Amino acid sequence: MPSVCFYFQIHQPYRVKRYRVFDIGNDPEYFSDEGEDDLNNGRVLRKVADKSYRPALDLIRTLLERHPEFRASFSLSGVALEQLARHAPDVIERLRELAKTGRVEFLGETYHHSLSFFYSPAEFERQVRMHRALMRETLGVTPRVFRNTELSYTNALARWAEDAGYDGIIAEGWDPVLGWRSPNFVYRPKDAKRIRLLLKNYRLSDDIAFRFSSKSWSEWPLTAEKFASWVRALKGSGETVNLFMDFETFGEHQWEDTGIFAFLEQLPQELLRDADIGFKTPSEVIAAYPVRDEIDVPHVITWADTDRDLTAWTGNAMQQAALADVYALEAPVLASGDEALIERWRKLQTSDHFYYMCTKWFADGDVHAYFSPYESPYDAHIAYMNALADLRLRLPPPARAT
Amino acid sequence: MLNLFISFIALAISSLVVYGMAVAARSRKAGVAQVGISSLTSSAQPPQPDARGEAQRKPLRVLMFGWEFPPFNSGGLGVACEGLARALSRGNASIAFVLPRRLGVSSPFARFLFPDADLKVYEAGSLLTPYAASGSYVQDEDGNPLYDADIVGEVRRYARFGAKVARRESHDVIYAHDWLSFAAGMAAKKVSGKPLVAHVHATEFERTGGRIDRRIYEIERAGLHAADRIIAVSNRTKDLIVSRYDVPAGKVEVVWNGIDSAAEAASAEPTRFDALKAAGNRLVLFMGRITLQKGPDHLLKAAKRALEKDSRIFFVFAGDGDMRGQVMQEAAALGIANRVLFPGFLRGDEQREAYRAADLFVMPSVAEPFGLTALEALRSGTPALISRQSGVAEAVKHALKTDFWDADDMAAKMLAALSLPALSGELSKNGMREAATLSWERAASRVRDIMDELVPEPLFAYA
Repeated sequence: MPSVCFYFQIHQPYRVKRYRVFDIGNDPEYFSDEGEDDLNNGRVLRKVADKSYRPALDLIRTLLERHPEFRASFSLSGVALEQLARHAPDVIERLRELAKTGRVEFLGETYHHSLSFFYSPAEFERQVRMHRALMRETLGVTPRVFRNTELSYTNALARWAEDAGYDGIIAEGWDPVLGWRSPNFVYRPKDAKRIRLLLKNYRLSDDIAFRFSSKSWSEWPLTAEKFASWVRALKGSGETVNLFMDFETFGEHQWEDTGIFAFLEQLPQELLRDADIGFKTPSEVIAAYPVRDEIDVPHVITWADTDRDLTAWTGNAMQQAALADVYALEAPVLASGDEALIERWRKLQTSDHFYYMCTKWFADGDVHAYFSPYESPYDAHIAYMNALADLRLRLPPPARAT
Repeated sequence: MLNLFISFIALAISSLVVYGMAVAARSRKAGVAQVGISSLTSSAQPPQPDARGEAQRKPLRVLMFGWEFPPFNSGGLGVACEGLARALSRGNASIAFVLPRRLGVSSPFARFLFPDADLKVYEAGSLLTPYAASGSYVQDEDGNPLYDADIVGEVRRYARFGAKVARRESHDVIYAHDWLSFAAGMAAKKVSGKPLVAHVHATEFERTGGRIDRRIYEIERAGLHAADRIIAVSNRTKDLIVSRYDVPAGKVEVVWNGIDSAAEAASAEPTRFDALKAAGNRLVLFMGRITLQKGPDHLLKAAKRALEKDSRIFFVFAGDGDMRGQVMQEAAALGIANRVLFPGFLRGDEQREAYRAADLFVMPSVAEPFGLTALEALRSGTPALISRQSGVAEAVKHALKTDFWDADDMAAKMLAALSLPALSGELSKNGMREAATLSWERAASRVRDIMDELVPEPLFAYA
């Protein structure tokens, strides 16, 4: 009896404004673009809240009311929640309502949506603790399942999560990792004792997240009925169908006029037509199904693009220089004791900054492969490095040499 | 009527023989045309278009009207004509290249046709330039710019020669480059009735910043209307053709310029600029005519701003032009004369070494139909900062871009490119790769497609 497990990611970075060399030493506000473009974080937040978060959360709530079987889970970055609190506090209210139902699970991650696990384990733990505190304060929940930034995952991360007491961790169901196996079961990370691994069914997830409105796709238009039939076809060959995607899929990546909301609204009833199919949260999946096998992931996998690795964030010299420089500041920044400075430094760790510097598909003109508010990856790098130079300048004198 | 005859220079060889060979690095010292042949390594070729497919095209006889040809060129027009003619010849086209004056040029991929000595022959370096600078303008009584009085007369004489050539030379298509040769192309079309393709490298509006010479505009307009198809070097030039010359948009194709695929890539060889770069000095290069359209004054303002932050930058303004004196004086007035250098017009090795030595190439053009120098810089592995008011900005992604009027932004981006090694490294690597894909072969392949649409019938064999 397969169940469908939804996990939706809500994240918005603090994008660095066009911070120029002349601003270094003169402007401590890196994220305060006030223009009419997508570097204006408040503007982006309000736009996405209007187009996606509000209508989609309302729909989730309706589905919870309409179908007692319905379940969903969310992972909310701390930097997104901060910005929601400032620009769209009613969205947080909607999330609280969902939390109260007890049928929506909230996952753990780093507060700053960072790649710190790979650069500074100590800083990573601090950011996870910050996120945990935020979840308790804001929603009254304590995450039991962990998801790392961009679904980045290795054996080492699973080991950390087990030691930290999580029941589960989630990752991409990438074929080279799975081999002949299916993502539609519960697995155990290599050498883990207690913790469970849930893997994203990327084919079915991407049918919704990426291909839904693609008219060149042979399955277009995708109806809830058709999608439900694909899930039904997995009966007997799977126990959980993990549909993981950005929550902005609904209304932002796929606009309302594509029919994405109608699709989501009809999907539960289409799935529930088959009495064998239900919904579960990640924790419910872990409780309900046995471990079927062990999964070994010695090298980092992510949910990104065709390579499913970290190269979209760390693949070129600009990204590597930016990452090296920001983490090199860890000791002096923390030693400064300046809370505002430390917070700005952490906001500069958000993975999106490095993604904007990605040159992999920049020249292909493929808008789906490359979301960036900057004119080019080079402009992203310039703004970021200038902001970092300003941050360095603001360290207490003895530390500046670092 | 002048006594004209056709002069054949170079070897009349079939383009099939030429396929697989390329013109080697040429010495572009003024007055000398040394054209050699060397085999072209296939790895230097960008992947598209398929060279074999190009060679299997039907034979096509192209009567090509130009105005200048390297090394007797004052700018990009001659370079573009050479690149297109060579690449077309690899696609099984035989090129008869017509020039208005006898020049000491030869090439393995085209026969050159000149009027005889009765037409005024200009020495190298004293060509009438197709561009609106370098003293080719005189001012009328109202202070409006005019070309040398003789240039329109020469265009008319060239047209008469064009008609003559069209009677003597069998051809399938006529291919004229810019207004200077449009009249000749039209005259040829009148004689032979063959389709005319007009290739626009710059419009009068772009050359003059809007202060157009009416006579030239009329020649341009007549040529564009007489043409069966028009090729524009960029979308911005296409937009001007459509809006200012009343040409239907559907008649105009955009074909970006290219770069010699055999052009040398980056190299660590020493250059004559190395002494300048000693002691940690950085080198920013401007390459082009020092004239209003190219925006040297805007770069100078940005230079002042950048030098306030980093005093170790040299700005090299390579080129000649009517604004050179003004820019030099302005540099002195800004107190940066010791950081701004004017080596004059660079050719050949000097030019290549300047590209290579530069830490950053800047093209601050106010209006630039395309901007071949940006591709030359990128091909040399030099990061480029180019104005958004250029055609090449449409074609190139791996470059920094700015608005010519925004001195602060230009300065900020120059400083970034000079101070962030990862940035310049990525710009260099990716820019070089991207420039390699913008080959003349790619451009010529599209030009050939357009010609083939105009010449659909099977061709007769010709002697």
